[in-house]
Amino acid sequence: MPKVIYVGADGTEHPVEVPVGHSVMEGAVKNRIEGIDADCGGACACATCHVYVDPAWLAKLPPKTDMEDAMLDFALVTAPNSRLSCQLRVTPELDGLIVRMPVSQH
Amino acid sequence: MSERLIIVGAGQAAVQAVQSLRVDGFAGPITLIGDEAYGPYQRPPLSKAYLLGSFERERLFLKADGFYRESGCELRLNTKVTAIDRQTKTVTLDDGSSLPYDKLLLATGTRVRKLTCPGAQLPGVHYLRDIADVDGLQQEFLAGKRIAIVGGGYIGLEVAAVAAKRGLDVTVFEAMERLMARAVSRPMSDFFAAEHAKAGVTIKFKTGVEAIEGKAQVEGARAGGHLYPADIVLVGIGVVPNDELAKAAGLETNDGIVVDRHGMTADSSIFAAGDCTRHVGREGLSIRLESVQNAIDQAKHCALAMTGKAKIYSEVPWFWSDQYDLKLQIAGLARPTDTTIVRGDPATRKFSVFHLRDGVVAAVEAVNAAPDYMIGKKLVADGVRVAPERLADTAIPIKQIAG
Ligand SMILES: Cc1cc2nc3c(=O)[nH]c(=O)nc-3n(C[C@H](O)[C@H](O)[C@H](O)COP(=O)(O)OP(=O)(O)OC[C@H]3O[C@@H](n4cnc5c(N)ncnc54)[C@H](O)[C@@H]3O)c2cc1C
Ligand code: FES
Repeated sequence: MPKVIYVGADGTEHPVEVPVGHSVMEGAVKNRIEGIDADCGGACACATCHVYVDPAWLAKLPPKTDMEDAMLDFALVTAPNSRLSCQLRVTPELDGLIVRMPVSQH
Repeated sequence: MSERLIIVGAGQAAVQAVQSLRVDGFAGPITLIGDEAYGPYQRPPLSKAYLLGSFERERLFLKADGFYRESGCELRLNTKVTAIDRQTKTVTLDDGSSLPYDKLLLATGTRVRKLTCPGAQLPGVHYLRDIADVDGLQQEFLAGKRIAIVGGGYIGLEVAAVAAKRGLDVTVFEAMERLMARAVSRPMSDFFAAEHAKAGVTIKFKTGVEAIEGKAQVEGARAGGHLYPADIVLVGIGVVPNDELAKAAGLETNDGIVVDRHGMTADSSIFAAGDCTRHVGREGLSIRLESVQNAIDQAKHCALAMTGKAKIYSEVPWFWSDQYDLKLQIAGLARPTDTTIVRGDPATRKFSVFHLRDGVVAAVEAVNAAPDYMIGKKLVADGVRVAPERLADTAIPIKQIAG
């Protein structure tokens, strides 16, 4: 199973094995990783699953949809490497993906 | 000794409570008792991507198995709580055994309202509340089949959209004169009616189903005096809260377990959260909400109250529905007396409807217009007054709408 490394706002690393096809958001919320709220359960409807993708991995991700772009506008303190983790599907190529979580989602 | 918590019902609210209680510092053992065969899962995909076949069953589950172990939470599935004894502080299980609690959280959700007309028992009549329901429906849900959907609410329409996509012949029977009448404004109802029609769905308004016909199996639905041939009937006529346990234990119920704005019942050891509850909402009205938002937020507030950090529940209610490639997002609770303002052109399949009450934004409904929804939700939360002309003027960016 591909491993995703979730880095908390305090710098703590949480490596988690996430099944292929699940979203990066699911890997966190299903495994007691605090920092991603995902209030809408992955419907791209809440912007509380915001993460900063490690720059080395950015190019390996599929581009944002218009919907994700529109919702990201409402996440707090976004940066060019901001993504909504519910829109990122885990693939074998993403083994080792590093995402950083913001201080707060609300 | 640390307090023992029992949670009855293993759904959305229950899982949130477990998670929040641990974050808030609740140290005692937690037992989560659910009568379904599965651990807690999300229901929204059941009538959407899961029914369509584009969402694997594995992904429905709200938590990985390890979550419960790591959270010090014992999960007891296939187990029903049959009674609460408030004197001895115990619950009785369906195997006759009993378990003691110090704190009890009722998160029993709702069950579907059943059709009562003649023929309602025929094989081929389906409901949609849990995984088992979808699995049952799935076997008959095949291209070319005729499906009669009773009720033009969210569930009926989401199923209609999936059915149309999968090549079934779809007819929706709605007793009212418009779709989702209890939940959305007329412009929104009309827009969705047109979209369903475009997808080939037949909608019969002001047409109640009088009987399901068939010898050994569904053969048709009788409605408005006509017989509509059908192979499958899907009933989506609302839900009934599972409040009987609370009622039998002497707690106040009124189409839902009555709780205060911390999620507490009149018994300070017993809390309730989610679809099964009735509370006084932020607008001062007694309401029962059926949504993921309410399940999550109410459970969070129960956890706060149980750990001595009580905070008043006043979050803005929100909801979404997916039909075809349309995402409907709603924030706030609209009333029929609100003034509605349409922002954007429905013909572009991207627009919103704002509800003003005494000049203040009270609710927003947005289709494929997430920014309108997000800003609208904030305006509702803050009780902001916005001029109707501004809301209607798409030349003003939504982020600057409040001026
Ligand atoms: C098909 C469908 C689509 C939906 N789509 C959306 C959507 O798009 N957006 C949205 O916001 N909401 C949606 N909802 C509503 C949302 O799923 C519910 O609001 C939410 O699940 C409520 O959570 P809950 O914990 O209160 O109840 P539930 O998740 O229903 O959990 C309650 C559990 O308690 C169990 N239980 C009941 N009594 C007992 C007992 N005595 N002993 C043991 N166990 C018991 C029940 O069997 C059930 O498993 C949808 C619901 C359905 C059915
Ligand atoms: S989980 Fe809600 S937008 Fe990602």
